Amino acid sequence: MIDRATVLHVAALARLELHEDEVEPMARELSAVLDHIETIAELDLDGVPPTAHVLAAESRLRPDEPRPSLPRERALDQAPDASDEGFRVPSPQA
Amino acid sequence: MTDPIDLSAVEATGALRRGDLSVPELFAAYRARAAADDTNAFTWLADGPEQAAPGGTLPGADAVLGGLPIAVKDLFCVEGVPTASCSNLLRGYRPPYTATAIARLQEAGATILGKTNQDEFAMGSSNENSAFGPVRNPWDRERVPGGSSGGSAAAVAAGLAPVAIGTDTGGSVRQPAALCGVVGLKPTYGTVSRYGMIAFASSLDQAGPIARTVADAALLFQRMVAGSGQAGPGSVDQRDATSIGWAGGDEVGLPSAERLDGLRIGVPTELLAEGVEAGVRAAFDAALARAGELGAEIVEIDLPHARHALAAYYVIAPAEASSNLSRFDGVRYGNRVQSPEDGLVDLYTKTRHDGFGPEVKRRIMLGTFALSSGYYDAYYGRAQQVRTKIVEDFRAAHEQVDLIATPTSPTVAWKLGALTDDPVAMYAQDVMTLPFSLAGVPAISIPAGLSEGLPVGLQLAGPAFSEPRILNAAHALEQALGFDGSAPRATVAAAGGDTR
Repeated sequence: MIDRATVLHVAALARLELHEDEVEPMARELSAVLDHIETIAELDLDGVPPTAHVLAAESRLRPDEPRPSLPRERALDQAPDASDEGFRVPSPQA
Repeated sequence: MTDPIDLSAVEATGALRRGDLSVPELFAAYRARAAADDTNAFTWLADGPEQAAPGGTLPGADAVLGGLPIAVKDLFCVEGVPTASCSNLLRGYRPPYTATAIARLQEAGATILGKTNQDEFAMGSSNENSAFGPVRNPWDRERVPGGSSGGSAAAVAAGLAPVAIGTDTGGSVRQPAALCGVVGLKPTYGTVSRYGMIAFASSLDQAGPIARTVADAALLFQRMVAGSGQAGPGSVDQRDATSIGWAGGDEVGLPSAERLDGLRIGVPTELLAEGVEAGVRAAFDAALARAGELGAEIVEIDLPHARHALAAYYVIAPAEASSNLSRFDGVRYGNRVQSPEDGLVDLYTKTRHDGFGPEVKRRIMLGTFALSSGYYDAYYGRAQQVRTKIVEDFRAAHEQVDLIATPTSPTVAWKLGALTDDPVAMYAQDVMTLPFSLAGVPAISIPAGLSEGLPVGLQLAGPAFSEPRILNAAHALEQALGFDGSAPRATVAAAGGDTR
């Protein structure tokens, strides 16, 4: 069961605001889904390796070579708030 | 000559090459129909064939896909074209670059007709989770088209586009194709580049074509496979670290098989016991009987861990989503929500509260929980181990059989709103497609027949890189079944949507 405190803790981790009237429904819905997911706890999985990529056994590395990147003005073009230099945000201390 | 919209993609590209049809003429025919659409399949329509083309130039008709209009799921980035993954958070975003899969199709001459509706960030099985509103099923406008590529499937089924591109994470190409009576292919994981697809669950996301015929799906898939133009078809896309390109021995050609002699098709009997509707089961059994008549040998197989796929998927996909969607914070793109006195964290939390819809929030919460300290091993770790068991099940099954067949969806299209209050029931709609997604293997859905007047999909899957085998078998079966997909288009014409 997911309680109110857990919902608020997870929401804080996810940087997701929840309004007061959204907390209880979220707890109920997450609990329902987790009840369903519990079936994987029944399996004996000792020594079974986890799957990362289903086909590629090894990660591929690209050569570490400089190459052109997105021009700054294009990277900033879609930002909600930008200066000529970069993305503008409020102070983290505010 | 015949109405251009009656031509399959293979036929239309042939007519364009011969000069029987011009690129602007074909585009205009579809553009007019799409503009009169009453299914809400599109989120944006191009004014003309050159609008979304690289450099704004009209492609020549001599290329493989020269002048073929394609409908593109909203989550594919297309330079300068509105791309929101049907989220309010990204509404109005115009990307500075184009997804590799779409660029490959453009290099082959395809023109972009428009962007199609989908569940927000591809999270959903009914296309009801879209910030642009639900899509209606062309077969019955009171019913869902399936999801998450619901707009792409509806557009093809209603004859608003010759072909469409979708993405499939847990069934999001195959299931809407099934519910709308069209063909949908989910390729082997890694064969089509994910670069420029707004990510949902990176270890599962795979782009695939939705089409009226198996041959049309093959025509598109040939050109979508990884790589950039210079690197040549079939190569690895260096911009997608999980891209493996086309490692299949056989070249992907257009399917031509008429028989299924010598082919062993496995039916996972235990999986089929999981709540398949009687009408769906009947259509599936009838299609299998036809496969038998064409020479296939039908055998029972066991996929012992497939029934755990639903649980494993609904840990893995939300976990990866919670990580992928952390980038939507109101800083670099999208819509920011902020009060004057707010600090940085308030900006993040308010932007995400207002920007994300309920299902996306649910999955972010579920995924963050599954990855959080103290729960990681019990949920994400175990789910990835279950995935290994599922991969092994498929490997063992393919020692015995060439292909595996199931119904694509346990039910036909349901009424709008019927499952929206019950996430677990909604998730259970993916029970037939999820095991194949977790195993990373290719699978197609083709129309098998009707139940209660609504389309039933047949899923055919094989081992990694068996797309040529799957496409040939699906083609042979498609010809034998002779599914008449013309009903929805007749409905559109009767509703006054025909602008010829």
